[in-house]
Amino acid sequence: MSFPQNTLRFHWFLPRILLASTLILLSCSLKRRDNQSFIYCSEGSPSSFNPQIFTDGTSNNASSHTIFERLVAFKYGSVEIIPSLAESFDISEDRLTYTFHLRKDVPFHANDRFTPTRLFNSKDVLFSINRMLNKDHPYHKVSGGSYEYFVAMGMNKAIRSLKAPDLHTVVMTLSSPDASFLANLAMPFMSIHSQEYAEALLKNKEQERIDQYPIGTGPFVFKNYSKDSVIRYKVNLDYWGEKPSLKRMAFSITTDASVRFQKLKTMECHFINSPSPADLEAIKREPHLKLEEGFGLNVGYLAMNTEKKPFNNPKVRRAISLALNKKSYIKAIYLDQAIPAKNPLPPTIWSYHDELKELEYNPQKAKALLKEAGLPQGFSAELWTLPVSRPYNPNGKKMGEMMQADLRKVGIDIKLVSYEWPTYLKKTSQGEHQMVQLGWSGDNGDPSNFLNVLLSCDGVTSGSNSARWCHPQFDQLLKDALLTSDIKERTRLYKRAQEIFREELPWVPLAHSKVFRAMNKKVHGYKMDPLGGDIFRTISLKKDSTQ
Amino acid sequence: MKDFFVARLKDLLPTLFGISLISFFIIRMIPGDPVLLLLGERGADPVVYQEMKKELGLDKPMASQYVPYLGNALRGDFGKSIISKREVSEEFWDRFPATLELGLAALFFAAVIGIPLGIISAIKKGSFLDFFFMTTSLVGYSMPIFWWGLILIMIFSVGFGLTPVSGRIDIFYEVPTITGFYLIDTLINPTLLKEEGLAPFFSAIDHLILPALAMGTIPLAVLARMTRSSMLEVLDEDYMRTATAKGLPPFRVIMIHGFRNALIPIITVMGLLFGSIVTGAILTETIFSWPGIGKWLVASINARDYPVIQGGVLFIASLIVFINLSIDFLSKIINPRLRSDDL
Repeated sequence: MSFPQNTLRFHWFLPRILLASTLILLSCSLKRRDNQSFIYCSEGSPSSFNPQIFTDGTSNNASSHTIFERLVAFKYGSVEIIPSLAESFDISEDRLTYTFHLRKDVPFHANDRFTPTRLFNSKDVLFSINRMLNKDHPYHKVSGGSYEYFVAMGMNKAIRSLKAPDLHTVVMTLSSPDASFLANLAMPFMSIHSQEYAEALLKNKEQERIDQYPIGTGPFVFKNYSKDSVIRYKVNLDYWGEKPSLKRMAFSITTDASVRFQKLKTMECHFINSPSPADLEAIKREPHLKLEEGFGLNVGYLAMNTEKKPFNNPKVRRAISLALNKKSYIKAIYLDQAIPAKNPLPPTIWSYHDELKELEYNPQKAKALLKEAGLPQGFSAELWTLPVSRPYNPNGKKMGEMMQADLRKVGIDIKLVSYEWPTYLKKTSQGEHQMVQLGWSGDNGDPSNFLNVLLSCDGVTSGSNSARWCHPQFDQLLKDALLTSDIKERTRLYKRAQEIFREELPWVPLAHSKVFRAMNKKVHGYKMDPLGGDIFRTISLKKDSTQ
Repeated sequence: MKDFFVARLKDLLPTLFGISLISFFIIRMIPGDPVLLLLGERGADPVVYQEMKKELGLDKPMASQYVPYLGNALRGDFGKSIISKREVSEEFWDRFPATLELGLAALFFAAVIGIPLGIISAIKKGSFLDFFFMTTSLVGYSMPIFWWGLILIMIFSVGFGLTPVSGRIDIFYEVPTITGFYLIDTLINPTLLKEEGLAPFFSAIDHLILPALAMGTIPLAVLARMTRSSMLEVLDEDYMRTATAKGLPPFRVIMIHGFRNALIPIITVMGLLFGSIVTGAILTETIFSWPGIGKWLVASINARDYPVIQGGVLFIASLIVFINLSIDFLSKIINPRLRSDDL
């Protein structure tokens, strides 16, 4: 059956109407942008707005670095500790008692259901810490009631007592001296919440709101959160410190890295987190964008179980270090977005021993050392490859294959083994391995957070020392370094510890990964945070000459 | 009709029970442990790990976890998210309107373009136009959404600067939730209208265009092909010839006598497509940062947030089952011939 030609005429109306209306709609839409509205394209949704409960970087960026503050803080762009909500603090001679003198001019934020009637005082500090410390606290069980970072950093055991002699003083007594205590206090999970707000919510039986509609003292006030889409803040006009030059800020949650880059390109956001390595060159080529790079506070390593033969022999460990061509791993596994490691500490941390030479790659020397160790024919061993991708080791399996090829050249026959991640961690902590790929991302910028956790004799018992290496002299140095807060002295002790590590090599330090942030050239005043956070309190938007 | 309804409901319960069983056990069988993911590397401390596992109730055998879960689910309590600690049902309803809005827009786009293309192809069967439309629809059908979404962004957002790259509305417009549909909420909120006028509404449309285009491409191709074959069947019917012989205008013959009769399979397909659009939103929502259930489920699977995955899968499965049920009903209503059958 056929129809005359004019049957089709009706059809062309529709596309025309659609096209015309689309163009009208597009032209009607207004984009409101000024130099006081900042948009950050973040990589994910925050798990909560309470940094006591969650420890991931995304949640910290959205809460700890914007809304909340702590008694002490890390100086912007460094890991140096400076006073914050406490204007000063005294440490007793036995280093067990910390007395904090609180600021008297700090107001809490208000929201549409709560307006504070008083300024920040010691009640807020007691409330915030007791919520985590005391299982009978009315807020302890709220929002799940687990404070794993607080526990993992040993704060539940470290704080023996907590008192407030008056409204502007807080006294904390420790169970044993710990020079890293102040650094722990500056970490996000030690954020100070409003006790008055908590009481008001308790009266209305709305305790959970404390973690969903946060009230803090920081430079930005939480406005609202559309799930998985956007978090909006306004500037805290009553902020006690230097006020941000921005008026408002929004986190646009954009999980896909390439979409984040497109949004940066079209100026739908000013700043993006974690650009994809594939986009780095393109970002550099864009005239209105800039790329900043820094080192992550992390280390990837190959630990050798010193409780098992032949790894109990330092010569064998050194031979393995000499046999591994780290530069090739940096190129193939990290795509040149890392530097080879020579120490167990990353270079951004104070007390990093930069004077120590790079660990060389020399298979001939490795063979000679194995001969000296009584293993001229080499030996066979298992090497466990990291089953998950981490910044400090993006592809454990591939690295394992490269290590296998390198070690074969010196006569070591490697069998690659891997387990599912929980099993991997469990078996490693029980010391079932011979050689294992692992890594660590730092928490508080204190060297003890690396050395004590990963290489102390206590770590052998707890399972976090995967080399199961207990060196009395090294261990004593770590203990001594925790007894003093004199940075110079601590640096000396940690440097000596790194020298012993170099002599003994319980692990082969492999790499420290680089981190990148891309932003519009309008963004000024941003500093990379060595602890990995994105902190915007000091940034401003200025017209750039290229635009 | 009553028997039909009862029989369908009888089918429904074992299906939903099966889904709850599968979603519960499969998520627990895939590698990954929510506790370790929550604790990160620090999960290596066995004491902290065990404490946390106990708190979340994950230390019990799977069967002892499933029975209370099912009991609670029957009462409408799907538990709380391990990550956000909020009720799963609350989280679902927060996000569902976004997915529904996008799904409806995609289906609208698919129907408005796909059906006319199908009709034209059928009328012009064997012509260049027919060949062109059908080849294009085959290409559209084979298009990987992830790639297609990025290409659309590259062309319309980055290239021509016509549409935003992603998101649901301009980031500084605050739209208080009334219905959850931005196209409606931006028009019925007096404060927003007074302060911003129609700009938020247009911004919401701007943001909807690309994701609806990406999401609607495959349904468009399916609808175009379906309409074509359905129309071809109808066009050969005797009543069409009669209508033409009577001297009715061709447009009227095609639309009233032809298209109306070809509509039944098209409606069935549209219903099924809508189900797959809503549930297949994962990729589109991820690319366009659309805050719907697809994106929510992906994040929950990555975090091994068991209660959310179980609840989310069950909600979606129920939705599909109900859509199928509604299509069956609708078909019975539209097509009187089906009414005479019992099932």
